[in-house]
Amino acid sequence: MSVIEARALRKEFTVRVRAGRLRREKRLVTAVDGIDLRIERGELLGYIGPNGAGKSTTLKMLTGVLTPSAGEVRVCGLRPVAQRTRLALRVGVVFGQRSQLWWDLPLRDSFDLLRHVYRVPPGEHAARLRRCRHLLDLDAFLDVPVRQLSLGQRMRGELTAALLHGPEVLFLDEPTIGLDVVSRQAVRGFLAELGQAGDTTLVLTTHDLADIERLCRRLVVIDHGRVVHDGSIAALHERYGSRRLVVADLDAPVPEPPVLPGASLHRVENDGHRLVFALESARVAEVVAGLAGLGALRDVSVLEPDIEDVVARLYRRKRQGCSITSTAKVPGASAS
Amino acid sequence: MRAGAGALAAYRALLGAQARAQTAYRTSFLVDLVGNVGFTVFDVVTVLVVFGVTRELGGFTLRETMVIVGISTGAFALADLLVGNIERLPRYVRTGLFDAVLLRPLGTLPQLLLMDLPLRKVSRAVFGLAVLVVAVGSAGIQWTAARVLLVVLAPLAAVVFFGSVFVATATVSFFWVDSGELANSVTYGGRDFTTYPITVYDGWFRALFAYGLGFAFVGYHPALALLGRGDPLGLPGWVGWAAPGVALVAAAIAAAAWRVGVRHYRSTGS
Repeated sequence: MSVIEARALRKEFTVRVRAGRLRREKRLVTAVDGIDLRIERGELLGYIGPNGAGKSTTLKMLTGVLTPSAGEVRVCGLRPVAQRTRLALRVGVVFGQRSQLWWDLPLRDSFDLLRHVYRVPPGEHAARLRRCRHLLDLDAFLDVPVRQLSLGQRMRGELTAALLHGPEVLFLDEPTIGLDVVSRQAVRGFLAELGQAGDTTLVLTTHDLADIERLCRRLVVIDHGRVVHDGSIAALHERYGSRRLVVADLDAPVPEPPVLPGASLHRVENDGHRLVFALESARVAEVVAGLAGLGALRDVSVLEPDIEDVVARLYRRKRQGCSITSTAKVPGASAS
Repeated sequence: MRAGAGALAAYRALLGAQARAQTAYRTSFLVDLVGNVGFTVFDVVTVLVVFGVTRELGGFTLRETMVIVGISTGAFALADLLVGNIERLPRYVRTGLFDAVLLRPLGTLPQLLLMDLPLRKVSRAVFGLAVLVVAVGSAGIQWTAARVLLVVLAPLAAVVFFGSVFVATATVSFFWVDSGELANSVTYGGRDFTTYPITVYDGWFRALFAYGLGFAFVGYHPALALLGRGDPLGLPGWVGWAAPGVALVAAAIAAAAWRVGVRHYRSTGS
């Protein structure tokens, strides 16, 4: 059985917007607009989308924080809102911008409290804590009150806090946001190791696509509350025609860049000494053959597609494609 | 309840952490502790000042009125200690702390109450209860077994009632974040209403607070029953015993409101 199942999941909010000096209008905003999701045990899933796409709202519905407006959800076979406390014992959550720790207490005390809150047997607790201390290098700041920790230190504490009860699913909402390079590497490395062990399902939202490339085999892209891609990163490249780039270094700039069938000129660098073509339908060999005709060719290299580029184009395409279908006036909205 | 004992241990741990955090700065805690008596003393002094200019208030002497004051002040101070900090709910909603509370395997309301239990208000509750003991002791009550039972039951019911008012009014902030003022007007208005014999009020105001919201059953009517007085407003004597029932109804309403409020919780930002 899948560890997470969502069918036609929706969340709508009513917001009041100013419409004139005193009048306020009620509007219905659809944050999540019918999402279907099925995640198997042990999967590492990247859940991405532009700001306001509905990522956090989805995670909050999966963890029982928000009540869905419509649709079905099961996490570990439980209904998140109705069986919230039972579910909480089986999942862990790290919200990058929220803390699970006690601000005024040393990190060590927070961990000890969580042992009581989650009713973890002392032996298990100690073993897990030992592992996190080792992998996340916690020892240096274990006795420092949480409010005095750096963001990177705090995030390592949050990760530990979310894992001490041995959750089956770990939800991470932007776990690397605002971290410096070293901390980001540490967090990523830790999550990679956790994922490799294979018994924890990881669901990760992020804006940092390097997180995804490093950690996730499966990628779900949402925009305007809908799933626009669900599959491997390779499938994403294929589907959205991510283009491989052919870089040609020339001995001397050519006055007129050549027109090659099935490829387009992507950019010109080094005062025309370097031409970069993006492959549309042509194969590499065809483009190289075409370039050979220029005569002054010194070197040719091929660049594999960059996920960042794909996703940026995907967001853009979607934005042009659909207008604001997610806002609708509520009939009978009153002025206040 | 299978998880009952475990949950209890968890709540105890939360309370312990809270106590440690609050008493970490000993001097400032002591200052707070003393300073907090102030408000409650002020409430009682106000009543005494009123009796400085009049011998009776709404048909009640000072000693009789003090029984009402004692039940009201003592119970309110205790409810304020245990539940009063739920007033901070709008802030929890705004800052997203409520998300963290929902993510833990414990009840939302007990977690919030324990996470922020204001220990410095202990002094207030102790003072309030002292007023109650002195007032009841000096009112010349003719003690029967029933009245002994009532003098214990009525303040407890009042604690539950005031606690329910705190919770019910706080839930408004699940729907409307800037709702503090409205909540305060009911909570503190109700407390002030309860401190005096309801005969001093009049008209729709009395009808609303006394019977609509139920504040008369909390202090006034039990006091009448303890003193063995009839109700000048004509309600029968058994109404003095209605407090526990009224408190249970209030608690049920507050619990339902809380549940609906949590379902309506919208969280904030990412």
